[in-house]
Amino acid sequence: MQKSGTKSKSSAGQFFAELTRKPIFIPIVALLLLAIFNLVMDPGFYAIALNHNSEGYPVLSGSLITILDNGSELAILAIGMTLVTAASGGQDISVGAAVAIAGSVILRVLCGTETQPESLQAPVIVAFLLACVVAMLFGAFNGALVAFFRIQPMVATLILYTAGRNIAAWINQNRLPIVSEPSFGYFGGTIPGIPIPTPFFIAVICVAIIALVLKFTTLGLYVQSVGINENSARLNGLNPKLIKILTFVILGLCVAVVGLIKVSRISTINYSVVAKDIEMDAILAVALGGNSLAGGKFNMAGSIMGAYTIQFLTTTLYKYNVPSEALPAYKAVVVIVLVVLSAPVVKARLGALGKKLSSKKNTAKEVG
Amino acid sequence: MFSEKDPTIEKGGTKMKRKKILALLVSAVLAVGVIGCGGGEKESTGGNESGGDEGGLIKVGIINNDPNESGYRTANDADMKEMFTEENGYDASFAYSLKNDEQISAAQQFIQDGVDYLLISAADTAGWDTVLQDAQNAGTQVILFDRTIDADESLYVASIVSDMKAEGETAVNWLKEQNLGEYNIIHIQGVMGSAAQVGRTGALDEMAKAEGWNIVKQQAADWNAETAQQITQSVIDAGTSFNVIYAENDDMARGAVAALDAANISHGVDGDVVIMGFDTNKWALEEVLAGRWNYDGQCNPYQASYIHDIIEKLENSEEITEKTIVMEEKGFDAATITQEDVDTYGI
Repeated sequence: MQKSGTKSKSSAGQFFAELTRKPIFIPIVALLLLAIFNLVMDPGFYAIALNHNSEGYPVLSGSLITILDNGSELAILAIGMTLVTAASGGQDISVGAAVAIAGSVILRVLCGTETQPESLQAPVIVAFLLACVVAMLFGAFNGALVAFFRIQPMVATLILYTAGRNIAAWINQNRLPIVSEPSFGYFGGTIPGIPIPTPFFIAVICVAIIALVLKFTTLGLYVQSVGINENSARLNGLNPKLIKILTFVILGLCVAVVGLIKVSRISTINYSVVAKDIEMDAILAVALGGNSLAGGKFNMAGSIMGAYTIQFLTTTLYKYNVPSEALPAYKAVVVIVLVVLSAPVVKARLGALGKKLSSKKNTAKEVG
Repeated sequence: MFSEKDPTIEKGGTKMKRKKILALLVSAVLAVGVIGCGGGEKESTGGNESGGDEGGLIKVGIINNDPNESGYRTANDADMKEMFTEENGYDASFAYSLKNDEQISAAQQFIQDGVDYLLISAADTAGWDTVLQDAQNAGTQVILFDRTIDADESLYVASIVSDMKAEGETAVNWLKEQNLGEYNIIHIQGVMGSAAQVGRTGALDEMAKAEGWNIVKQQAADWNAETAQQITQSVIDAGTSFNVIYAENDDMARGAVAALDAANISHGVDGDVVIMGFDTNKWALEEVLAGRWNYDGQCNPYQASYIHDIIEKLENSEEITEKTIVMEEKGFDAATITQEDVDTYGI
């Protein structure tokens, strides 16, 4: 009651201060800035056309569709990364390498011992499920290092980051299998008759599942309490180790899904470059979503929004001919701004500034 | 009170410490174990230390890039392993790394082990002077393969390289012969600064300038198929028209073609867009054979036989006439390629 009372009376400064405190504020502002930039520079950016692909099926095309398509992989990874960050106060930097492993497992099962089989050697679902198991095992390995040995997550996952791509290559004995079956391309492309890219639907399913899990189970609460204070969580009867491992295993599942999309896109794999540096984008998505990288409370919607914002940025930069090796530099600027803005010193200053503004206006009103 | 409490506190402290040390140890062991499995360590295929001159085997130390790097590298490594065997009179040790400093320390190790020949495919062109000087002082002969380095010519006996510029020139000359009338090119580059990128980009840039070709997009995709797909997609989304895709390797050409297929833009023989790739992966040559691509340029990974010849000459005290040997490399055109070419040159 009191809160709503002050709200109605609040001045613009207070309203602004309240708005900035909402975690989802940052990704929305970033997205708006990018959207306005593109609108001013070239409104054609927003054009969407219904065309037909080379098989004669209708597909939507346009920059926005590209963003939905490629941003979806990132959104799926951001789900897992948010949970890991919240529970352990650190990030998993091995997701790129783990995607390579998951993709390699899928191709290994689909192609068997041949490099270019005429037909699939096993159903896609079997390959995918096996990839899930493998990726979740690697997730559990990372989680165990973090939970039982109390190694900093970044250091613990550095092991898989270093070795993962070699493991991926070893799974296929260094061969580069190619799947010629066209239906395998549906996961990373479009399903005949449906004009929207499949990765978007996969992301929607993942988001729906995690939303239901967070709503109807105590996972979110447990993860946050472990992240905020592990000891008090333990004293309240939770098992922090188990919960940390669980978050890494969930991330493993997300990795397997992304692995399927990645190998489906081009029906083959290149161990050294597939999903390269995707971990940095995933971590950036979490940060952009207004989440503290030191763990604790999290905001899933913000992370997912952050993922699509990053893809929006990437697509915009491609459009303006920024060389892909310069992309990380632009993203680094975003990270710097975010980190500085979320630093306690800056937050306190900003808060004080907001109060000053509102009090000045109030006194002005009183005088008037 | 205090005296009673203190030991327990300390006990807890040491317990924590012990746990931490244990954790560190375990993770170190894990790290070494896992990385050891994955490569980056030296492996010896031939006999042991005594195998030198006494056993009649020629000791060679081979420093190469990570065989997982690309299809080219896998073929290159397999070729080396096939040539430098005990049956052929060699005692070979291999070291793999994509990092220059690791390669240099491996080279120092080989020199200390007293190898007769040091074969190097350097990750980076700079920083090799000191170690090559050491090799010369120790009487180790150095042969460079695949990649050149910035060092005085007197420091190595021979280098067997691919001329990336020539590969690019073969490709752009072929493109010129196609007489397309109008040239609107999407140019997808490899990792900036790599020899392959510099050579292949240089050739296209010069020709485009001389002939007045229009490069609608020139962007690095770092050898990555998906990045190439996104770059091509961005050109299609912008509504810019183009009729050539010049990708600096096969993977990137594949990614670009995936974007074209999704947008129903025809490509290859009789198509709207000419597709050009490099490295002659077997699957890429099959694409050319099927007419879905127009051109694929070779980058020859088979240097082992050249090296073998040079070593034989040196062993027989013959003189090496050519310091730099540039390997012959072909370009494959969809109009003339045969199944035999695919089987012979595909890697």
